[in-house]
Amino acid sequence: MEPKRKLIGDDGLRQDGRTWDQLRPIKMEVGLLKNADGSAYIEWGKNKIMAAVYGPKEVHPKHQVLPDRALVRTRYHMAPFSVDERKNPAPSRREIEISKVTREALEPAVIVEDYPRTAIEVWIEVLQSDGGSRVAGITAASLALADAGINLRDLVVGCSCGIVDGKVVADLDDTEDKEGSGDMPVAIMPNLNYVTLLQVDGIYSREQFQKAFELAIEKGREVYAMQREALTKKFFGDGQVSTSSEEEAE
Amino acid sequence: MSMMKKNYVVETIRKAQMVEMLANGKRMDGRAPDEHRPIKIQTGIIQKANGSALVTLGNTEVIAGVKIATGTPFADTPDKGLLVVNAEILPLASAYAEPGPPSEDAIELARVVDRGIRESEMVDLTKLCLIEGKSVYTVFVDVNIMNVDGNLFDAMSYAVVSALRTAKMKKYVVEDDKPKATEEEIPVPVERIPVSVTMARIGDALVVDPMSEEEAAMDMRITITTDDDGNICASQKGEASTISPEKVLEAVDLSIRIGKEIREKILEATS
Repeated sequence: MEPKRKLIGDDGLRQDGRTWDQLRPIKMEVGLLKNADGSAYIEWGKNKIMAAVYGPKEVHPKHQVLPDRALVRTRYHMAPFSVDERKNPAPSRREIEISKVTREALEPAVIVEDYPRTAIEVWIEVLQSDGGSRVAGITAASLALADAGINLRDLVVGCSCGIVDGKVVADLDDTEDKEGSGDMPVAIMPNLNYVTLLQVDGIYSREQFQKAFELAIEKGREVYAMQREALTKKFFGDGQVSTSSEEEAE
Repeated sequence: MSMMKKNYVVETIRKAQMVEMLANGKRMDGRAPDEHRPIKIQTGIIQKANGSALVTLGNTEVIAGVKIATGTPFADTPDKGLLVVNAEILPLASAYAEPGPPSEDAIELARVVDRGIRESEMVDLTKLCLIEGKSVYTVFVDVNIMNVDGNLFDAMSYAVVSALRTAKMKKYVVEDDKPKATEEEIPVPVERIPVSVTMARIGDALVVDPMSEEEAAMDMRITITTDDDGNICASQKGEASTISPEKVLEAVDLSIRIGKEIREKILEATS
């Protein structure tokens, strides 16, 4: 086997210059799509992802109606041009699994009991993919749900950690995901302190597992602050609701 | 899993009953929370397969069959053999299973089991390479779910591991830059024994190896696969509910402890 190239340099910095626990640059914007009831766009590293929410709306086919709560549908889909080699637009087994775990990550935050006999649809389109696209998609989808005015217990926010060159690092990019030895996407409800998504691959000692898991939660909270900022910007404008400026006005 | 139809009234009563019993450390079928059902492993049941195993976990029954041939490697792993793990939940396995393309549940099941086998490096794929970039052994493990009574994840994982551990393949030699089959039979290069342990959270309690009745009432599910050294190599949370970070670590410790016990059983049945 060819020797693996080093992904963490002697100076402790990663290939893109980040430290072990540093996030990639993240940008979010809420409410870009005109037709959707709610939408959000996220750029996270090279990830470019649009999420849209339609609903609550009538359920079709009708036999899927849930009498006591809303039916939550999700689809995580990658555009054919989102990866190096064209991806067949038909949903792959990977996308089907991610759609399932995404639904299971978001649904606990939706107060589904408030919308019996309806469907809430969450569509996630990966326009360009990088490492951590499922947690970026979940982060955007949660904003789209909030933008649609759907009752939520909390936002959902994700971050992926993993093992690169034997070390626990935060927020793996594409290369680190492919050439590293472990990836652990985690999604949380930050205020209620619950985990809603956990997937693990790679080899972790008990200590490494705990370190990566707790780091993913900590970094998720950092991303949560950006989510709040994006929502504030959408609903209160660029001026934000900074109390200091109000005081100045007086 | 949606393998059991949810009936809200019965389900709610059952769950309340389970939560009450679990407060005293008891389960519906008399097991302790950390106790798995009896595991039976029978290998070599299909003569036409390179390896096979019938695993029963309580009333859950699965058959794994290994078929090995040669083929071309993937472009990004030219020096590695192919290992493909697949699952089919047969319509004969449950009143709620249907024929047709694989359901979301079946896809998740196969991918989670595959992840545990692959990430633990159970099979040394570099030893399955014949001519780099041109010819490698291809190992297909197909699993038929025969009867559903909860925890398909673990039953399938034990069946795949047992079938691979007892599989024999034709030895190939390279002549004139071409792979040529010989009469000699060799084992698959297995190195490790990954063990999957699935737990259900019902209320505040974690129970190991949930049966169908418990799956219908559970809040969420977590599968954790560990290797011979107690490392964690795969995990998956399932169902539209939550788990606290503390509970995740509790599940990790439980999976390491129970995994060790089950590894002994697999070892005994396959060596």
